Amino acid sequence: MQDSEDINRRELLIAGAVTAAATALPLASNAQDSGTSAPVIAKVTLEVNGKSASLALDTRTTLLDALRDHLHLNGTKKGCDHGQCGACTVIADGRRINSCLTLAVMHDGGKVTTIEGLGTPDKMHPMQTAFVKHDGFQCGYCTPGQICSAVAVLNEIKAGIPSHVSADLLAPPRVTNAELRERMSGNICRCGAYSNIAEAIAEVAGSAA
Amino acid sequence: MKSFSYERAKTPADAAAAAARIKGARFIAGGTNLLDLMKLEIETPVHLIDVNGLALDKIEVLPDGGLRIGALVRNTDLAAAERVRREYPLLSRALLAGASGQLRNKATTAGNLLQRTRCVYFYDTNMACNKRAPGSGCSAIGGISRQHAVIGGSDACIATHPSDMAVAMRALDATVETVRSNGVERKIPIAKFHRLPGDSPHIETDLQPGELITAVKLPKPVGGTQLYYKVRDRASYAFALVSVALIQQKDGTGRVALGGVAHKPWRVESAERALPRGSKATADALLADAKPTPDNAFKVKLVERTLAAVLAHSKEMRT
Repeated sequence: MQDSEDINRRELLIAGAVTAAATALPLASNAQDSGTSAPVIAKVTLEVNGKSASLALDTRTTLLDALRDHLHLNGTKKGCDHGQCGACTVIADGRRINSCLTLAVMHDGGKVTTIEGLGTPDKMHPMQTAFVKHDGFQCGYCTPGQICSAVAVLNEIKAGIPSHVSADLLAPPRVTNAELRERMSGNICRCGAYSNIAEAIAEVAGSAA
Repeated sequence: MKSFSYERAKTPADAAAAAARIKGARFIAGGTNLLDLMKLEIETPVHLIDVNGLALDKIEVLPDGGLRIGALVRNTDLAAAERVRREYPLLSRALLAGASGQLRNKATTAGNLLQRTRCVYFYDTNMACNKRAPGSGCSAIGGISRQHAVIGGSDACIATHPSDMAVAMRALDATVETVRSNGVERKIPIAKFHRLPGDSPHIETDLQPGELITAVKLPKPVGGTQLYYKVRDRASYAFALVSVALIQQKDGTGRVALGGVAHKPWRVESAERALPRGSKATADALLADAKPTPDNAFKVKLVERTLAAVLAHSKEMRT
C-alpha cells in the first residue's frame, strides 16, 4: 500500500515536470540554457559513490544537475539553486559543498559522495538511523542535504576546524548544541525540525546536545 | 545561463595570458559567487579559466615573520590554520563569521576579496543598477536601502562590500600579490585594492583586465587583543548590517575597521587615535562624513554600540 502510493505520487510529479519542461525549456533544460547561445560539450568523468561515470555534458551543467539529471541520483535535492538552502549538499573529495554552486566539469576526475552513497534502506548510515529515530525531518526535502552536511560537520569538528561560536580558537572544538546549530546553519529546514536534527547529530557524535 | 567554453590553466602566467587573449573570459576558483551571478546572467563570461589546478593553495611563513596566503587557500583552511588562529585570530574570526560551512569549503582567499555586492537591485535584472548596467541609474537611492552604505557612497551607487574576511585583511594591512597578463607581478596594498564607487561603480578593484591574484601577504603579527563582532539579522549565515574588526594593544591604542557600511572595508587610520577615548569618539571620527539614508541611519548608531561592546570585551581581555 505504502509502495503504490509512493509510486503514484512520484509518477505524478514526473508527469508534471515533463509538461513544464516541454512548454518552457525544450532543449538542455538541465544545463540552465537561456536559449541564446550554442552549448559547449565537455567530457567529464566522476567517481560517484565509488562508481566511475563518464558523461558528455554542457559546460553549464552544475554538479547537482549532473547527479540528478544525468546519473539519476535524485536523493540530492535542488532547493534554491543559489547556495542559500543547503538541500543540494554533497561530499566532494571529502568536503561538504553546495553542488548547485559548482560545475560538473570542474570536478572532472574527482570523487563525490551523495546520500545514496552514505547508506541504503537495508544498511543505513548511523546518521540516517539517528535522523529517523529523532524525527529529524517532516517533509524530508532538506533531509539528504542535512545528513550529508551532518556527517561532514562531525569530521570537521574531529579535524579541529573552529566555528563562529568556538570560544577558544586554540582549543579543540567540542560537540555542543550551539556548535552544531552554528555549523549546520547552511542547511535550512522550512518544517523547522532543527532541534531534532541537532539531537540526531549529537547522538551520532556520542554526546548529549 | 549563457554558454561558455572552459579550460584548466596550468600556470598563473598562462591563466593571465588566456584572460587577456579571450575577451569576456573570467577566472573561476570556488565559483560560489560567480556561478550564482551567471545563473542570473548578471555575469556572462564566454570562457572560464579554471585556476583550481594552480599550486596557489599553500600558506607560507615568510622570513620577516609574516604570512603569504595562496590565492586558492579555502576559507575553511585559512580560518583553521594553526598559525592564523594563534597569530592572526582576527582573520580566523572574520572568516568564521561569514557564509556557511559548505561555502567556506569552496570559497577561496582571492575570490572572497572579489565578491560582488549583495545589493538587491544589483541582483534584480529588472531594476536600474550602475554597477550591473553602467549609466542605467541606481534603484537603491530612494529605494529600500536598509542594507546599504552609510559612508563613501556616490550619486551613482550606495552598495556595500559583503566580505568579512576583507575587513580583517584591511585591519591587518594585508598586501594583494598579482600577476598581469604580460607576466609582470605587482603588489597592491589592501587599502588601495577596493575602490569607492564614484561615477564608475562597475569598477570595483584596482585589478587590470586579466590580472590574477596569486597571494595575499600579511605583515608579521602585531599581537594585541583581536576581536571581530558582526551584527546581522539572524545569528548565523547572513551578511553584516555592521561589523567591527578591532586590534587593541595593552595601552589602548590600536586599529579598527568596519564592514557593512561602505563600498569597501572602512578604515580611517586618523580615527584610530580616538580609540583610547572610547566608542563614541571613535565612531564619530570613523563616520564623520556619513550620509545615511532614512532606511539605514540606524547603522551609524549601531557602529557606535557595536564598538562599545567590542571595546568592553577587549578591556576585559586585557585586564
